[in-house]
Amino acid sequence: MTMQVSRRGFLKTSAAAVAALYVGFDPRGALAAGDTATEINPFVRIDADGTVTAVAKHFEMGQGTTTGLTTLIAEELDADWNRIEVDFAPADAARYKNLAWGSQGTGGSSAISNSFMQYREAGAAARDLLVRAAAAEWGVDAAAITVSEGVLRAANREGHFGQFVARAATLAPVEKPVLKSPDQFKLIGKLDLPRKDSAGKTDGSAVFAIDVKLPGMVYVAIKRSPRFGGSLKSFDAAQAKQVGGYLDAKALPNGAGVAVYAHNTWSAFRARDAIEAEWDFSAAENRDTDAMLQAHRELAKAPQFNAGKTTPADAEAAIAAAAETVEAEFVFPYLAHAPMEPLNCVIEPTANGVRFHDGCQGPSFVQGAISKVLGLEPAQIEIVTVYAGGSFGRRATPTSDYQVEAALAFDLLGRKTPVKLVWSREDDIRGGYYRGMALHQTRIGLGGDGRILGWDHRIVTRPILKGTFMEGYFVKNGVDKTSVEGVADTLYRLPAHAVGLSDFDSPVTTLWWRSVGHTHSAYVMESLLDMLARSSDRDPVELRLSLLDRGDPQQSRMAGVIETARDMAGWKPGDRRGFAAHFSFNTWVAVVAEVTAQGNKVHVDKLHIAVDCGIAVNPDVVVAQMEGGAGYALNAVMREEITFRNGEVEQSNFPDYQPLRITDMPQIEVVIVPSAEAPSGVGEPATPPTGPAVANAVFAATGIRITELPMTKAGLQFV
Amino acid sequence: MKFTLNINGSPREVDAEPGTPLLWVIRDELELTGTKFGCGVAACGACTVHYNGTPIRSCSFPVDAAVGNQITTIEGLEGKVAEAVQAAWRERDVVQCGYCQSGQIMSAVGLLSTNTSPSDSDIDNAMGGNACRCATYVRIRDAVKLAAGKLEA
Repeated sequence: MTMQVSRRGFLKTSAAAVAALYVGFDPRGALAAGDTATEINPFVRIDADGTVTAVAKHFEMGQGTTTGLTTLIAEELDADWNRIEVDFAPADAARYKNLAWGSQGTGGSSAISNSFMQYREAGAAARDLLVRAAAAEWGVDAAAITVSEGVLRAANREGHFGQFVARAATLAPVEKPVLKSPDQFKLIGKLDLPRKDSAGKTDGSAVFAIDVKLPGMVYVAIKRSPRFGGSLKSFDAAQAKQVGGYLDAKALPNGAGVAVYAHNTWSAFRARDAIEAEWDFSAAENRDTDAMLQAHRELAKAPQFNAGKTTPADAEAAIAAAAETVEAEFVFPYLAHAPMEPLNCVIEPTANGVRFHDGCQGPSFVQGAISKVLGLEPAQIEIVTVYAGGSFGRRATPTSDYQVEAALAFDLLGRKTPVKLVWSREDDIRGGYYRGMALHQTRIGLGGDGRILGWDHRIVTRPILKGTFMEGYFVKNGVDKTSVEGVADTLYRLPAHAVGLSDFDSPVTTLWWRSVGHTHSAYVMESLLDMLARSSDRDPVELRLSLLDRGDPQQSRMAGVIETARDMAGWKPGDRRGFAAHFSFNTWVAVVAEVTAQGNKVHVDKLHIAVDCGIAVNPDVVVAQMEGGAGYALNAVMREEITFRNGEVEQSNFPDYQPLRITDMPQIEVVIVPSAEAPSGVGEPATPPTGPAVANAVFAATGIRITELPMTKAGLQFV
Repeated sequence: MKFTLNINGSPREVDAEPGTPLLWVIRDELELTGTKFGCGVAACGACTVHYNGTPIRSCSFPVDAAVGNQITTIEGLEGKVAEAVQAAWRERDVVQCGYCQSGQIMSAVGLLSTNTSPSDSDIDNAMGGNACRCATYVRIRDAVKLAAGKLEA
């Protein structure tokens, strides 16, 4: 698709010819409105023909934000769902920041929770302006006007939104518009509200960055070091020059590789593969996976940081007095995100800077990183956000790795030619920013009555945020929160619970991967609870409930999802299925897993999932995220791993980094716990408890306790 | 080298290196971008198009072999089966990121064009090569069955 008109033009200029109403907030955060978008940061625009456009400050990677944010506007505006569209906001942190962080970006399952009041207020303010405009036009009291599905009515008068936008744009919005009470919601909580992105994604018209083609654009693929931390010594492009469509090859100034330019994607990949390069591996990761695991074990012997409330000595003393101890070591492999759309973006020159076309997860990250690379101010870096073909975290890195590659390649060509950076699947599988390897070593002391007396928990992994610009926020007393979340902050009341942490050091880059630290911590905690229940002959559900204090609101909601999952699955004491529950991203999820096993052949048949995410803005999107989050976990625990041989990644593409298939997918039943609390995350929270629920079911069915992932390592075969 | 292809019912002349995968001709030259690149080795199905009505992986199919045959992409889908499948996909809100869904739909249309009442195992066989990292499989299966029902009705 050749892009002639950019979306930024839509927001800035199209009001000139035709009347429109923009409603949003001014830079101080006060509600603002007008007939152009230049003075305010609009969250909603209403055209003279009555079309409403919600402006999404969050990108869409499939998690449903375009539907969710639009629902919030449409609800308070009383808009017609069929006449409200959605567009992505430009990159501008002052206007479109994530209120959970203070910069513009999507992650931590925060899109709906941070926008819930903001978008509703914008919608309510717009409704109020239209009502007052109609009241003035008709000479009636504003209180006499009703609004429904984009139409205003009073006595025998009626008109659609568009008829009042010109007048409404001259009025000042109220400071605090009156919001609906939950019993007045028509769209929030509606089960069958169609997704906004369904049509374009089922006829091939939805635009992803990989679909963007600009006049004069060249394609670039990067020849990277086969080992992380390697740097380019020299290269030879003689063979690449024989490839049809080859244009040029240039060394990246940061030593990270060679930019290979071509007339199309296929030529770029082939020419890149034909480059001969010499690398300096003196600072590279040169180890095998086994050696890296041994290094984790060495680090576990003496934790560098204390992340728990109890000292290791106190935990040790409590365990020493125990009648019985349960010990286990858990090993987690590196994992790639492998979104279906391989990483890519387009960069082009503008009059005073550059413009990216990108399925952009972190616009502020990109502006920060690119401003340094190209010597520009962040405001000179425009970003046109398009649909992202999945991310699972990969499209936001603290370094903005792939956008920086594109910018360097663009700079090397003289900053005049639009450049499209393309990654192959092999680039993606071997491209790092993995969920890091993680090791947990645990010792738990039980009293003669089965009560937990002490819990020594040691974690070793490579910190994700230490050393990045986010360190100040996420690292306290040496502890990277993302290394220990789900253990150090467990909702279970555990006496003498010590959490030791050591940082693994490697040039292999690591990153948040759908549910971040919870990807491994939940597996450990929920497997351990199952082991404790078995060893003390208690029901796993009852054991969990006994560790929760219902006087505490968070623990009470945890108990709520546990009971809901138990009841929906018809769980009975002695049940031979798998149970797990976990709290993450302010959401509680419990899972009952059913598997069948014949010898070492296992099939996951069904998952019963209970979720408490506060108000479910779009219940069907919540269900979809439970299905998807569970599937993502299943894929990982069954058979995903990235391994190293002499520092080189052994996997390369889907044949050896196998995606979940339709044949692997269990039936899934989801119950959303009714709630009047503020909405919380849904994109990630189903992932953490699904793996251990399946592991516990596998144990119940086979007697095999799997503590090293993926499960295929234990000889299981998923059929 | 010049090739004349029949794409979505129209003759299209393209200039490509012999052996270029049909996918890249469709996407980069003809700018029909609904067909997606996922793996390049026929392991994910994102690039699925129809070759004389049968689903193939265009990433591993040389442009040379397409000459003289009818190639249909998601943009050129038409007819009762396609309409039923696309309507079912929307009714069930199957999509998440959506990137694989053109390929999923092409495979589903291929299946239902020859079998209007597929069993679960027929669905497994026809759809097993189409990967979805968002794991929309529960809904894909439902939507295939829903579309089959629409065609029978």
